[in-house]
Amino acid sequence: MALWGMVIDLDRCTGCQACVMACKAENNVPAVGAGEAVRGRIISWMQVLTEEEEGHPGEIKRFMPRPCLHCDDPPCTKVCPVYATYRNPEGIVTQIYARCIGCRFCMAACPYNAKYFNWRRYQKEAPGQNPDVSVRPKGVVEKCTFCHHRLQKARDRARVEGRELAPGEYITACAEACPARAIVFGDLSDPGSDVARLARSPRAFRLQEELGTKPKVIYLTEGEGHGRA
Amino acid sequence: MAAREPGGRDAALFAPIELTGRGFYGVVAILFLFILWGGVAYWVQFEEGLGVTGLHQPVSWGFYVTNFVFFIGISHAGTLISAILRLSKAEWRRPVTRMAEVITVMVLFIGAGQILVDLGRPDRMMNIIRYGRYQSPLLWDATSISAYLTASIVYLYLPMIPDIAILRDRLQKRKLFYTVLALGWTGSERQQRVLNRAIAVMAILVIPIAVSVHSVVSFVFSMTLQPMWHSTIFGPYFVVGAIFSGIAALIVAMIIFRKAYGLQGYLKPIHFRYLGQLLLIMSLLWFYFTFAEYLTGYYGGTPEEMKVFWAKFTGPFWPFFWGMALTNFVIPILCLVRLGRHTIAKVLTASLSVLVGMWLERFIIVVPTLSNPRLPFGEGIYWPTWVEWGELAGSFALFALFYLLFTKFFPVISIWEIREGREVGLKEVEERLLTYLPDGSEAELAETGRRW
Ligand code: SF4
Ligand code: SF4
Repeated sequence: MALWGMVIDLDRCTGCQACVMACKAENNVPAVGAGEAVRGRIISWMQVLTEEEEGHPGEIKRFMPRPCLHCDDPPCTKVCPVYATYRNPEGIVTQIYARCIGCRFCMAACPYNAKYFNWRRYQKEAPGQNPDVSVRPKGVVEKCTFCHHRLQKARDRARVEGRELAPGEYITACAEACPARAIVFGDLSDPGSDVARLARSPRAFRLQEELGTKPKVIYLTEGEGHGRA
Repeated sequence: MAAREPGGRDAALFAPIELTGRGFYGVVAILFLFILWGGVAYWVQFEEGLGVTGLHQPVSWGFYVTNFVFFIGISHAGTLISAILRLSKAEWRRPVTRMAEVITVMVLFIGAGQILVDLGRPDRMMNIIRYGRYQSPLLWDATSISAYLTASIVYLYLPMIPDIAILRDRLQKRKLFYTVLALGWTGSERQQRVLNRAIAVMAILVIPIAVSVHSVVSFVFSMTLQPMWHSTIFGPYFVVGAIFSGIAALIVAMIIFRKAYGLQGYLKPIHFRYLGQLLLIMSLLWFYFTFAEYLTGYYGGTPEEMKVFWAKFTGPFWPFFWGMALTNFVIPILCLVRLGRHTIAKVLTASLSVLVGMWLERFIIVVPTLSNPRLPFGEGIYWPTWVEWGELAGSFALFALFYLLFTKFFPVISIWEIREGREVGLKEVEERLLTYLPDGSEAELAETGRRW
């Protein structure tokens, strides 16, 4: 079985936010409006964090695109009282919007703040949205799904054509959009795949590795800062 | 039973049930205003979503979760204190236990309700039962709290049966109501024996349940990996805090009803002195736990922990943190070390202070951790809106209203236990005391001594 994962090369990232915009369009991520944004309620499954040079305020040392890291041992799914978030057999951590009771326990438990809440009803179904992704109602948690609908689509296509899913047939919108090709997506369990190869690189590190969450989003960088944001 | 008593005796205990004055309606009206505020706030929140609160991205839990922990903590007043006092045969408990037990039952409803208020989708609440996952600490809470609520209701009801029978025989109104609830109590020796046994069993049962309740409430936090939450002492720390705030709430309730219903003859300064001493001990214990918790965090000094630590000590949360230290430790200690004179005023000040302090403590545990994410997001500051204030005010008012209504239906001090104290308690204590002392005559003792 596949184990989907992602490698993000921080040395390539220019902070252009193309991944952020691609994600929003692909996944019907709502624009919450200026008022809500000021209150700190922006929803952005993919978010480019910036880190400043220590002792040099204002000077940006690094951009760090942060989707949900699809932890292999996710602290968020452990605490959900109703199975509304879980790790599926292929390693993707998903949300069931129709079941979530909005307790926000998973948000409190995620060490990477990758979960977002629909504080209000931010959007209705409307033309122009991606029909493959459901629009979330108010009061539920949402987050990056590794564009899970794309996997379903690619798999359906392969099945109709009577063949196996080919490598590279399923990739996420952010990986597709990145002009610097900093994001590589694929099957970590296939040792020949690009992600698996890059994940073995000496430049690779995982965020907050010491927490034992085993993220399947792996970062690459030269030099200092390994293992710490 | 009532017929044997002189009519005037214990009249003060019946008065609130027999007559209802204008003051009562005035208080109820004021409480209703606050409840209305809470109700409107909840309605708005239900319609619009949690967006009407001050919650936001990193701080996804705020007032409601704080209130939840706080109110569930208060519930330890009752049952735990009353059960321990009963089991240890503390004679001064007699006028105290009922009030404590009522607090527990009433406040548990309010506490559990906070979770409902906090849910983004209260309409899907039943999912907790339909799809419940026992791996989640929230399910442990649900289980533990329902068990506690059930046990507390039984434990409140059992010692009330003889009192209800007294009311059935004495009052003209609500005959059917009291007759049904009295379960045919006649006060026969057999009934009394069965009742005493049942109370004793419940008293023992309720203690582990109560301890489990606040332990699992703390597990909601400590089972995550978050800095300053992921701590092994959270279970006992929360239980200690719960008992601490519970005693304070009990004292405040006692002083209010003492004044309002003229119960000075029953609740004497000595009761407050004992409770005050208990509060003092809990304050010291609370301080010890807090100290141990923060010192280990500080000494370990991991960057994430320190971020939260300094946010509390000198950062944006300093007024809450130091306010908590002041109200939970400094003020109670100053008030309670010497209780010789002005006992009641001092105990009241300390208790009110502790109630504020324990609310702050819960707040200072919930919010700063969330507002200091591990990744470089920038700090999230949390300001509640009128909705959260409304829920807070409404919750307190609803609790007070429940309590007040209870006192209009049932005696707030256990009448039969007071009578029992007068009739058999005195003799029992004397006999019990004798069993503590060395037996036999001087000569016999000397004899035994020589043999050794
Ligand atoms: S990054 Fe957060 S939301 Fe994603 S799987 Fe890990 S714990 Fe869950
Ligand atoms: S907010 Fe939803 S997904 Fe998250 S823990 Fe609660 S029920 Fe589960």
